[in-house]
Formats: sequence, C-alpha cells, structure tokens
Amino acid sequence: MPYVFYLRAIHFLMLCEILSLGYGANVGMLPKATGTSSSNLPQWSPKGDAHPDSGASTLPLFTLNYPRVQIPLEITLWVLLASFAKIGFHVYHKITVWVPESCLLISIGLIVGGIMHSVHEEPPAVLTSNMFFLYMLPLIVLDSGYFMPTRPFFENFGTVLWFAVVGTLWNSIGIGISLFAICQIEAFGVQDINLQENLLFASIISAVEPVAVLTVFEDISIHEQLYIVVFGECLFNDAVTVVLYNLFNHVAELHVVEAGDVFLGIARFFVVGLGGMLFGLLFGFVAAFTTRFTGKVREIEPLIIFLYSYLAYLIAELVAISSIMAIVTCALTMKYYVEENVSQRSCTTIRHVIKMVGSVSETLIFFFLGVVTITTDHEWNWGYILFSLLFTLLWRGLGILVLTQIINPFRTIPFNFKDQFGLAFCGLRGAVSFALAYTLPDSIGPKKLFITGTIVIIIFTVFIQGITIRPLLKLMNVRKTNRNLETINVEIHKRLMEHTVAGIEDLCGQWSHYYWKDKFMKFNNRFIRKILIRDNRPESSIVALYKKLELQNTMEILDSMTGDISATPSLISLHEERKNASKSRKVLPSDVRNMHELLSKNMYKIRQRTVSYTNKHSLPNDVTAKEILIRRHTSLRRSLRAGSFHSPHGNKASQKFLSLPVNSRLPPGRFSHAGDGDNEPEMNLSSVSSMFRHPQRSSSRTTIPLRPLGSLKVVSSSVKVVDEENEKQRGYRSSHLRSSFTSSAQQSSRSLYGSTRNISDEDGGSEHEEQESPPDPHAWVQDPQNNSDMQHPLLRRSQWPPQKPQDE
Amino acid sequence: MGGSQSDRAHKFQHLSDKTGFSIDQINSLHKRFMSLTENEGVLRREHLDNIINLAVNPIRRQITGAFFDKRNLGQNEDGYLQEIEFEDFLTILAFFTPPKQGTSEEEKQNIKKEKLRFLFNMHDTDNDGFITLDEYKRLVEELLSSNETIETETAKAISDAAMLEVASVTMGQMGPDEYYEGITFAHFQKILKGIQIETKMNINFWNLDTIRVQCGKSK
Repeated sequence: MPYVFYLRAIHFLMLCEILSLGYGANVGMLPKATGTSSSNLPQWSPKGDAHPDSGASTLPLFTLNYPRVQIPLEITLWVLLASFAKIGFHVYHKITVWVPESCLLISIGLIVGGIMHSVHEEPPAVLTSNMFFLYMLPLIVLDSGYFMPTRPFFENFGTVLWFAVVGTLWNSIGIGISLFAICQIEAFGVQDINLQENLLFASIISAVEPVAVLTVFEDISIHEQLYIVVFGECLFNDAVTVVLYNLFNHVAELHVVEAGDVFLGIARFFVVGLGGMLFGLLFGFVAAFTTRFTGKVREIEPLIIFLYSYLAYLIAELVAISSIMAIVTCALTMKYYVEENVSQRSCTTIRHVIKMVGSVSETLIFFFLGVVTITTDHEWNWGYILFSLLFTLLWRGLGILVLTQIINPFRTIPFNFKDQFGLAFCGLRGAVSFALAYTLPDSIGPKKLFITGTIVIIIFTVFIQGITIRPLLKLMNVRKTNRNLETINVEIHKRLMEHTVAGIEDLCGQWSHYYWKDKFMKFNNRFIRKILIRDNRPESSIVALYKKLELQNTMEILDSMTGDISATPSLISLHEERKNASKSRKVLPSDVRNMHELLSKNMYKIRQRTVSYTNKHSLPNDVTAKEILIRRHTSLRRSLRAGSFHSPHGNKASQKFLSLPVNSRLPPGRFSHAGDGDNEPEMNLSSVSSMFRHPQRSSSRTTIPLRPLGSLKVVSSSVKVVDEENEKQRGYRSSHLRSSFTSSAQQSSRSLYGSTRNISDEDGGSEHEEQESPPDPHAWVQDPQNNSDMQHPLLRRSQWPPQKPQDE
Repeated sequence: MGGSQSDRAHKFQHLSDKTGFSIDQINSLHKRFMSLTENEGVLRREHLDNIINLAVNPIRRQITGAFFDKRNLGQNEDGYLQEIEFEDFLTILAFFTPPKQGTSEEEKQNIKKEKLRFLFNMHDTDNDGFITLDEYKRLVEELLSSNETIETETAKAISDAAMLEVASVTMGQMGPDEYYEGITFAHFQKILKGIQIETKMNINFWNLDTIRVQCGKSK
C-alpha cells in the first residue's frame, strides 16, 4: 500500500526533523536565511570556529559539521516533508476529494506540532515578517496572477474589483467596528483593545483564501462567472488586505487619530493601489520587451520572467506601494506577450516553476499553521474569539448579499440566490491571514489574542466550510458550465457572437466590454504587439487555435520521433535547442507560416482522403473523428505499424494502453486553476497539461522505434495484414477490458492521446459523456471488415462486438 | 398632440409586451432608431452603412443582413426586406435580451434555441436549411478579414476542418455514397451545446440618455 509507505516516509522524516532539532537545540527550526533570528548566529559561529581548531590538532576521520548546513538542510527537510505530505494526499486521493488539501496540511502540521511540543521544542522562528512578505507572499500571488484566466477576468472585471475592494473594506470595517462594540462589554475583559487594533485584526481576517474553493469549483465545473469572481476576489483581496493591514498597523501605533489622518489614509489607499497597478503594467511591458531578444538564449527565458516579476514586487515594496498589485498586474500583462515570444519549453518551464513555488510556499504556511497552533501559548478569550468568528461569517454573508444587490443591475448575467450563497460560503480564510497575524509587530498589545483568533477562524472556515462546500454546492445544483471547450467550431462561433454583439451594440449606440475589447485589440494589434513581439503576426484566436491544434499534432509526431528528449528538458536539450535555435523556431510563432503551409498541404491531403473515407465507410460518432484526431490517427497508425513490426513490443505497448485507464483516473487537478483558461487560447492550457503528461506519454512510447516523418503519407498495404491479425487479438482483449475502459474513456483518451486531449476533454463534457456514458460501451464501433487504412488503433479498441453507433 | 402621445404610449406598451423591453428602453431605442433613420421611421440598409463603428466590424454584412432577414422577423417566408419599421427593429434586438431571473428551464432552452437560430440564419444565407461549406467558408473569411495577413488558404483550411468536425460529431456513421451537404439546425445546436449562448449573446440595453439603470432588473 502506497499509503502505508507514505506514512512511513513521514515518520522517517519526522525522525530526521527531531534528530536535527535535538542537535541544534533551541535553534530556530527554519531560520531565516539571512540570519536575523537572534538565537541562531551565536550558536553558529562558535561551532564554525571550532571546526578548524579541531582540524588543526588531528585530522579527523569523520566529522559532522551540522551547524554549517543547518539552515539550508532544515529548510529542505521542511519543504520535503510538506511535499511528501502532498504526494501522500494524492496517492490516496479519495481523501482530497472530500477533504481539502489545506485541512490535511494543517492536520499534519498539528501532528508535527504535537510531537515538537512533547519534546519541548521551541516553535520554529521561520515566519518572520520579512520572510513572509519578501519571499513567500510574492510567490503565492505570482502563482494566482499568472494563471488568472484572462478573458473571463476582463469580462467580469468590474464585479471582481467591486467585491475585492469594496467587499474587503466592508468586511474590515464592519468586523472591526462590531468587535470594538463587543470590547465595550465589561464581562469579556477586553476593554483595552482600542478601535485601531480591532480594525487591524479585522483586516487580517478579511483575506479570503481561494485554493481550496477553486479546487472544488474545478471539480464540479461550476459556471465561469462564479469561478472567476471568487478567483479574482481572492487575488485582489489579498492586495487590499495587505494595504489595509499596513495602514492600520501604522495607525494602531499612533495614539491619537485625527480626522486628517483618516483622509490621508483613504487617499493613501488609492495611491498605493493604483501605483501598484502602474508599476505592474510598466514591468510587464518591459519584461515582454526583453523576451523579444532572448531568441538565442532560451535557457534564461524563464528567469527573465521571474526576475521581472520579483523586481516589480521589490521595487513596489521599496516605494511602499502595493507590491501585490504590482506583481499581479505584471504577471497579467506580460503573460500574453511573453508566451508568444518564448519557446514552448520555456513557457512550460515558466508555468511549472510558478506553480511549484507558489504551491510550496502555500503548503509551508498551512503546515506551519498547524505547528504553531500547538506550540505557541495562546491567549484565549471566549467572548472575543467567538464573536470575531461570528462577525466574520455574518459580515461576509451580509456583504455578499448587499454588494450583489448593488452590482446585479450592472451585470448581464446577474447573480442569483444560489450564486450569492456560493460566494458567501466560499469565504474561507487561509494562509495569508495567518501569516499576517503571525507577523504582527510585538508592539501590538493583544498580538497573542489576535493570533489565536485568526487560527480559530482559519481552522473553523477551512475545516467546516471547506469540507461542506462540495456537498452543499452539489446539493444546491449551482449552475454548471462546460469549461473544456476547444473545437474550431466553438471558437469560430464565439468570435462570431462577440462580433455580432459588438455590432448590434454599435448599432443601437450601446457599449460594453465587447466594445472596449474591440478598441483595445485594435490598439494592441497596431502598436503594442509590434513593439513587444518578435515576429508580430496579428492573428485571430480562431487561427491561433487551429494552428495550436495542428502544432500539437506535429509535436506529437515529433515527440514520437525523438523519443524522450522533449520529455526531459535536460541540459542536453537546452544545448541542442540553442544550437538549433533557428531551426526550432520554425515550430513556434516565427515561422509557423512555413510550417503551416507545409502542414496544410499535408493535412489537406489527409483531409481529402478522410473525406472520402467518410463517404465510403463510417465515422465513429464521437471524439475520434475530429479533424485533428484523424490526423492523429495517421501518426498513431504509423507508430502502431512500427510496433507491429516488432510484434511483441507492439502488443505489450497496446496492452499497457488498454490496462492503463482501469485505475488511472487522474486525480482531480489539484491546482487545476492552472488550466482554467481552457476556453481561451491565450492560456494555452494544453501546453500545461501536456507537460504534466509528458512522462506518461514518453514512457508508453519508449518501445516505439523512430520513424522518418515521411511515413506520414505512406499508406502501406502490406502492413494491413499484420495489423488485422493484431486486431483480432486486440478485439478480444478489448472486449474484456471494454467496460472498464469505456467507463473511463475520457481518462484513457487523455492519457493515451496527448494531442487529442483537448478534443476528448471537450467531448467528455459535451457530446461524448452525455450520449455514450457507461451504459453504451461501444463508443468507437467499427465494422471490422472495413478496416481500411484510415481506421486505426483508436477505433480498434472497442470494435468488438460490432454495433452501430447511435446517431441523432 | 395629446392623442398621438397616448397613442404612442399605447403602441409602446404593446411593443413592450411583445418584445419584453421596458417602456424606457423602448423610448431610448426609438430615439436611436429615429436618429439612425434620419427621422424617416423606416430603416434601410444604407442607414446602417453610415454607422462608423460598425464599418470596422468584420461581419457587418451579416449583421445588417440579419435586420432585414424575414426569417428573423417571425415571418414564415425567406428573403430580405428592403426596409424595416421600428417594431421589426425591436424584434431583432429582442434576440439579445438577457434572460430574466426566474425563467424556467424550458424557457431558457427556448431562448437558447432562438439565439442559436439567429446565428444560424446569419450563416445560412440562401435559407435552404443547411450551412454549406461555401457559406461557412465565406463567414470564416469575413471573420478573419480584420487581419490582413491571413490568406484565403487559411480560411479554407479552417472551415474545412470545422466542417469535418461537425460532420464527425453529428453524422457518426455515413453510408458509402453519402455526402455531408451542410450543417442543419439540429447539428448546429448539437455542436454549440457547450457554448452557453444564453449567457454570452446578451446586451444590456442601458438607457444612455438618463444613465438610469433600466435593464437586468434582478427582481
């Protein structure tokens, strides 16, 4: 059982931790790298000095210089432990379906904290204010900022900002004032907390945490508007909260607050927010401009992105404007342009690394929250804490109710009651709140009470709301959407619709975001792109999608040709890429035209052939017969044919294919808001997901020998015989596997056919699942006799027993 | 004067019942209509050609066409009118009203169907019930016409691919001699099932004159 193994691994790691703690007793467990934790340095230096001394006397056979490596070692171990925890949750992924990951992380943290407490260990001094604000927070927000789905975000821009700014202000001020009122009641004994401190606390606990909720949203594929509003709200709400936090932090240290200060505070609020946005825009454009020139030095492309984002953050911090705003705007701005400039692999790396550091940083905070909950001494005040919990929930609910009433008339699709409930219920508090509370300066009197209160609120919301939100939303049957649309038709009609709406609006003198989008796109195409993008070729998203699908197919073919190289972006491949810089550019925007022409000719032939095939025989009525798939068939057929020459290998491989789906249900995308731009080409989801699937693909492909690309066109008839033999075997086999296979047909096609993934995703949602879900296992039915060369592995799979596919 | 005033109010009330617009919206749309038609009261194609913003819209031909399309105007015949009146104008715009809250599932389906039908009619210029490859291609070309760099080859490739996609999704098995002649409305509905048109093809008809909120009355 992997789970047992995982537990053992955790135990082992804990042991390591404890041992290391025992050794470096009383030293901050994860001390800040710069070494501000005071207990750290004194201990470190004497031992460091001691070593050369002992080395001078005799040459030791074996030395243990723990202090030297202590800091990085401990950090590594913590991160490793947290990562193991994450792996573990997904190994046994039934848990994560019902319990959000943050709950599990906190629980693990609680256990570790309990152990540490029992050995009388000091709480680690990791989370200093600087550590959090300079290293962890930027990573978290960069993650969300970069993966913000652009199109729906701008479509709901107003609402998002409305909830993020006004909603957070509403919460902070509402909670702050009502808590202040509570403080006046003598029975609770907290009269010493003044209004400023209450407001500070309130601002801390109004930061809403998206990850848990968004994961649930992804899984039940909730409708776009709700999704994006929660996403955007959480993101910008962090920015607002931090601004408020700093503001109130400042104010809380003043003893007298004058009316002038209040106005200054309000003015500052706007200066800070808008300033951050401007900075972000500036850096975003500069970053995009820089990547224009990285064509020859591919390996530093990802670095450019990280450096500029971080620079935006730091400089914004330097001049004390909203650094979160800056980094988020920077990420949003540059994403679009950068991803056209950089190579496919750099793009993959960027996404991967951003995702990784973001989630690690968040994981650590949750983990740490658990530890701190046990190890610090709390100041518990029933009245204050329970009332703050009550007010948190109350003001959130009220806020959503009132704010949606105000915003609804302006929305094309107003939020209905269910949506409002969803919004209100999604107000989990999380990592940012905790970090803010924990890093409060000591000069704040009731700091301990605040930390305790924050922890209680976080644990309550994360556990109770986090666990119940999925069943509740399911129960309420909130409006769903099919978020994986990527077919040419859909794209065309989306455009068509947008243009129509824009046209009609022009016609009756109305305007909306379509109007602005039109205007912006024109400006963008005319000026911005020319400056920022190396090979500027303004293109419609339809063409982009079409090219993308074609490109994917090509990549597939190339992939199978070059084996593992693309799967492991190693140093070698980087070098190779640099060597072939000009050559590999051809695949990417620069000379898609050549490629495209080449392809479209090739494709066109295939297409014609396919059409005739359509006439002669039959097309499977689902996934398989899409344009791309047909091309894909060709490549698959080719590879299978290659396999059939090495018959045993080929069989083995196909067996692997067939058995894969049975237990390879992919875990519900943990951070799948990575991919929520499915329906917008800019997001280029497929490259994200393809990178996740690379290993799988390559491993299942290793048995396939390389073949020249030219065989794409070759249709060998001699192979057919061999194929048909294999076919029969497969046919029988598939009849055994059929039921399980089809029940997870979607997964299987995901894992099997990299390039067709989009389509099968889409189909799983729209056509495929509805029409031929498990009850009808013969999705890809073909007539075995008619096995012409255009019928391929895909069809073969379940062609036994033959049956007519149902049609409309 | 008073007579015509109340007459007009009565007429607007009638239109409001028919199209679902509020009286205020109808008033402001009427103003717009009159200014478009230069107070003639009947709208002709050349009026629409004068709109500057519309001139840059890649599919203006289809959009203006839709206003004069008899099929959209609830008439059971095809072909195009030369001029339309205010009532027809409103009928067309009514395709774009957002669904109100509390509409039943069935009504929503109807709204969706109507909107799709509107799009379909934009495609199907010869009204034979099929979107043929040629029609499709022409539309794609026009959609892409705003980018100068796109060659017709691309448009052709795309429309081919799209057509094939439709054929494969909808037809499934085809007989040996069958030829996919075009997208029927049923197929059209099927391929665009996931697009949630009822949440997208909407316009909030604000009353721009008074900047008062007129539309999307939530309750």
